[in-house]
Amino acid sequence: MKATSRAFKDNARRALGDPQLQKALLNLRTGFAERRAHAVSQLPEWEKLRDEAVAIKRHTLANLDFYLEAFEQKVTAQGGQVHWCRDAAEANAAVLAICRRLDAQTVTKGKSMVGEEMGLNDHLEANGVTPVETDLGEYIIQIRHEPPSHIIAPAVHLTKEQIGESFRATHRALDPARRLEDARQMCDEARAILRPRFLAADVGITGANFLVAETGSSIIVTNEGNGDLTQTLPKAHIVLASLEKVVPTLEDASTILRVLARSATGQEFSAYTTVSTGPRRPDDADGPGEYHVVLLDNGRSALLGGEFEDMLRCIRCAACLNHCPVYQAIGGQSYGWVYPGPMGAVLTPSLIGVEAAGNLPNASTFCGRCEQVCPMKIPLPRMMRHWREREFERHLPPRTYRLGLAAWAFFVERPALYRRAADWGARILGYVGRARGRFRALPLAAGWTRTRDLPAPEGRSFMSLWAERVAARKRA
Amino acid sequence: MPDSKPRVALFVTCLVDLFRPSVGFAAVKLLEDAGCAVEVPGAQSCCGQPAYNSGDRRSTQAIARQVIAAFAGYDYVVVPSGSCGGMIKAHYPALFADDPATAEQARDLAGRTYELVSFLVDVMKVERVSARYDGVATYHDSCSGLRELGVKSQPRRLLASVEGLTLKEMRDGEVCCGFGGTFAVKYADISDKIVEEKTDNIRTSGADTLLAGDMGCLLNIAGKLERAGDPTRVRHVAEVLAGIAGPALGEPGGES
Repeated sequence: MKATSRAFKDNARRALGDPQLQKALLNLRTGFAERRAHAVSQLPEWEKLRDEAVAIKRHTLANLDFYLEAFEQKVTAQGGQVHWCRDAAEANAAVLAICRRLDAQTVTKGKSMVGEEMGLNDHLEANGVTPVETDLGEYIIQIRHEPPSHIIAPAVHLTKEQIGESFRATHRALDPARRLEDARQMCDEARAILRPRFLAADVGITGANFLVAETGSSIIVTNEGNGDLTQTLPKAHIVLASLEKVVPTLEDASTILRVLARSATGQEFSAYTTVSTGPRRPDDADGPGEYHVVLLDNGRSALLGGEFEDMLRCIRCAACLNHCPVYQAIGGQSYGWVYPGPMGAVLTPSLIGVEAAGNLPNASTFCGRCEQVCPMKIPLPRMMRHWREREFERHLPPRTYRLGLAAWAFFVERPALYRRAADWGARILGYVGRARGRFRALPLAAGWTRTRDLPAPEGRSFMSLWAERVAARKRA
Repeated sequence: MPDSKPRVALFVTCLVDLFRPSVGFAAVKLLEDAGCAVEVPGAQSCCGQPAYNSGDRRSTQAIARQVIAAFAGYDYVVVPSGSCGGMIKAHYPALFADDPATAEQARDLAGRTYELVSFLVDVMKVERVSARYDGVATYHDSCSGLRELGVKSQPRRLLASVEGLTLKEMRDGEVCCGFGGTFAVKYADISDKIVEEKTDNIRTSGADTLLAGDMGCLLNIAGKLERAGDPTRVRHVAEVLAGIAGPALGEPGGES
């Protein structure tokens, strides 16, 4: 996927002016955030569970090579295959090679952010293989030719009306008089369209929430059951997973599952939690003939041992997006690449470079809500600040901004000079603003005063008034 | 027992110093009423957040060293701001990972530093203030104070003792106001959208006064309310607790 993160500010401005998007974003606040808060309040051991989940991931990341190799051995022993891929190109090639060998015409896909990261759909289409998204949200954005706006609810930026229009425009063979007003009707329509595609697909591709080293299994959680049809009906099941998805044991996976569903949707458990272990065995009633795991690095191993390693604990629950005031204001597509919100602001520069993604770690108020709700306790604001430091070291912020900062620091590092400057500043601004008590416009502060007034200073600095008071007390 | 009075240094913060010295005087009054001997070290300017949040680590370290030196030796350092208090308490120690001697001094300072209202309640065990304010107030929980320093119940507890004042909670009181320091200027459009949500919630709360413990949030919220012609009065919580209530933020006649 081509990144538009450089144009973040323009993207955000468009998003703020888009009434449909703003209407859709309202649902985030009442939906995800409130349901998560309720689910967490029902679980007295929540904090303990979080600590356990963090400890599992820390241990795994410290021994990542060991657990990945253990996972591969188990997969191989069960007749599956792990494909180690350094980058998106290698991963796309691995998927395409399997499709070609099986002479695949269509592939069904469950939701996979790694698939988005690889740009897999474009690659398959360019090579004559038709991908069909089967997660309802992914299906909607596929027919609209849009990127996802949220990592677990890819079409959350759309209203029902927009979705209904897209269905009518795409599903032309259906009765034009049919009703498409509520979620039920739209689900029924999508089901009717997708059911034959499941049966026709040659290859099924899913993501993975976990890879389990102990058993060589992959686990997905869904609420639609589309993942199960995607992976069990075709000739081959391909799992797309980034390498930090591995955990040592099934017990570990179930610990993290308990924080995942609550953090993501406020559910105790997702409707479907599906464990896949190898291809169909002789006495299995059904299942795919082949089982492949495409294991993607794409820059992640370079984060190990560094200041961004904690980011590899992320389990893609999206709680940080759902609680972020910036995400709530502009939605996910403004971020311009695959991963939006606070987790995207940290991960995107790691994966596509800070030159392309520099806006993302800067577009945060550091309100800290993301870290507060993150089930894996990832210090997201701290890591966004690390990116700002990497940017600053490389002189990437605009020259005027850096000069302004240097001038400010010059005064701040000289308190005696600063005290005089502050008192003069307070006197001048206080004098000019005394009649109204505030400014409607102010040079150098246009960004602020375009939409807000600036309250005027009272007219003297505290430090100068205090010095006078101390002197007066001494005289008295 | 004047000798047993704790020596408290006030870190007034750059925004209070420049925009609203009356908050500094309110803090001094509250601290003195609580039995503290208050001093204001002259070698103070800013805590360094603008540099820190812009990725300028070198300037941040220089500023932090200066603050550490200026506030050495006091029993406590009190800050009428959760975000500047959070900077000293939660972030200074991490700045000097490769300078153990300064890191130790930073930890020492962090251990003595408190946000004003939490200091009054948690350390000085103040249970009530003698002040009067006629109005219905709602309190915005500033992010750093809330999430870095645990300031939540303390201001509400003291406000409950202010005569004439009723406190009403707004919806999403713990959600950011969109200020974020330089964020408010660098990403002004997004900042404006976030503060619009905040001011909508203030309006819906039915309060006639908005209180908070951070000048940055207060300037942002006051500016947005004023642009909309909203008469809600905006004040730092210290002003109300100290009974120093001159013109509200953005009201004319601010000459002190």
